[in-house]
Amino acid sequence: MLTVVVRRVLSLVPVLFVISVVTFVLMTAVPGSPFSTEDKPLPPQIQANLEAYYDLDRPLFEQYLTYMGNVLRGDLGPSYMQRNRSVNDIIAAHLPVSAVLGVLGLAVAVLVGLPMGIVSALRPNTWIDHLAMFFAVAGVSVPAMTLGPLLIWFFALELGWLPVARWGTWQQAVLPAITLGIGHAAVIARLTRASMLQVVHEDFIRTARAKGLPESRVVVKHALRNALIPVVTILGPLFAALVTGSLVVEQIFAVPGLGRYFVDSVSGRDYPVIMGTTLLFATVLVVANLVVDITYAVIDPRIGIGGDA
Amino acid sequence: MSGAVAMTTPEFGASPAQRAWRRWRRNRAAVFGATTLIVLILMALFAPWIAPYGFADGDIYATYAAPGERFWLGADFLGRDLLSRIIYGTRISLSVAFLGAFFALSIGLTYGVISGYYGGRLDNLMMRVVDILYAFPSLLFIILLMVTFKTGFGGSAVDHPLLAWVRVVDQQMGGMFLIVVGISLTSWVAIARLTRGMTLSLRHSDYVQAAVALGARDARILARHVVPGIFGPLIIRVTLLIPQFIATEAFLSFIGIGATPPTPSWGMMIAEGFTSMRSYPHLALYPGLALAIVMLAFNFLGDGLRDAFDPHAR
Repeated sequence: MLTVVVRRVLSLVPVLFVISVVTFVLMTAVPGSPFSTEDKPLPPQIQANLEAYYDLDRPLFEQYLTYMGNVLRGDLGPSYMQRNRSVNDIIAAHLPVSAVLGVLGLAVAVLVGLPMGIVSALRPNTWIDHLAMFFAVAGVSVPAMTLGPLLIWFFALELGWLPVARWGTWQQAVLPAITLGIGHAAVIARLTRASMLQVVHEDFIRTARAKGLPESRVVVKHALRNALIPVVTILGPLFAALVTGSLVVEQIFAVPGLGRYFVDSVSGRDYPVIMGTTLLFATVLVVANLVVDITYAVIDPRIGIGGDA
Repeated sequence: MSGAVAMTTPEFGASPAQRAWRRWRRNRAAVFGATTLIVLILMALFAPWIAPYGFADGDIYATYAAPGERFWLGADFLGRDLLSRIIYGTRISLSVAFLGAFFALSIGLTYGVISGYYGGRLDNLMMRVVDILYAFPSLLFIILLMVTFKTGFGGSAVDHPLLAWVRVVDQQMGGMFLIVVGISLTSWVAIARLTRGMTLSLRHSDYVQAAVALGARDARILARHVVPGIFGPLIIRVTLLIPQFIATEAFLSFIGIGATPPTPSWGMMIAEGFTSMRSYPHLALYPGLALAIVMLAFNFLGDGLRDAFDPHAR
């Protein structure tokens, strides 16, 4: 088990390596300079000096090696757009915001989705089920760009209960967290319901009932535990969706998270910030998937991890 | 009651497809989704005849006009009719939906079938590639791609003929070309994984083994036995991916790197309306509603198809 885990962790290295190369090539492939734009051209000598200062005049291959060397030493480089901050500073300041938003979104997703799915599965084809599943489809279908402005309009502008945007107080976190989480709550609800319904018809459930176990015990200990396996597997992709989803939500609610920095840095061709945030997001993502794979194997011993790979 | 009907009309000669069709028709949500989609497709096709105004026709004296007789849903910050722009906007959303689905399915299916069927070292290699792409944060990748291509064409930049061609095509399509490319390049991976898994399990099924034993060529086995066996679930999966494509396009246009003005992308309209949210919330809310309706229709349709073809999933 331990060797498999170690091997899986090591297998992340080539993945992250390829991602770093692709990102690096993609962002530097385009002719032009990060410092001189069409709107604000710099005198050629100043531009050349700036590029020399940031080592941009050296061959790409060399730039990449230097950059990766620094990254391995924990230094993500300077920001071109904000000359007084390093990428480490930016991540340190804004990652916690994105993380808090992500965790709140996840909490909304699980706390709303799981009970909804369980209740529908226990009363299949009743009005409760139909209502819950209608909301589930609606939840999946209403994108953040629709829900965000709608919530702002209703709760902030019409009712004045909550602030319109920005970040800092708990009131300001409510609408973004709901916007981020509700779609995923719907996914969890549907998956839990489908999975529960399948498990309820298994032989071991009949056995448990035949033994005379109380219904609550059958549901929680026998049905739910097995029904959660597929739910756990989507937590990886769900996490990914929350991370990228927070990009959207951060834009709508003017939340100073990392997602907004990514968008700004890409438009501003702030190479170190692009690389830093992409690598960070990618690492978070692959690690989340790995953790899910391992959890999966722990919950259901029939499933090996890594299999024959 | 339905049991009695089933008793009196025995399903002799009813193919699985016919039975699926019957199940599907009974699913009101799916029929609703399909009907809505047909209406939307007609709207997209006949937009110039349905829309009261052109999507780029502004009236400088009617900026932010309230909804009324002249502009049913009001006019935006350039005095353009919101309703007309929403109607034309179906073209943008639906093209992204169908083109994205087509490319995701074509690439993913081919890749997955080959990987799953031939197995062994090739499979390992191909799945490694998929794993890497799967780990790539796709929205970040699309944003990177969009900005790379769009900003790279500033006047002073050296224009490679191919890049110049991409730029012209993209501009003529109102910025849609690169969006579709980005979505296709990132979404086929999920389809490939699914296809590979299903191919893998089918490869060991009795009827495929029988075809192998009879000496059928690989191409024939894949085309006649494997692909038809997995196509249904794939179509369903793609249908359920489509709302994501639509949302991605809307988001890219929302942050200003997707569709180029005056293309009536709903995402861009939301962004434009969002700036005057306090005074004219309807400018952001109506396009958002349109977005939700399209996504809802595809989700209902996909769910209905899944329930019809795979009743166990429900």
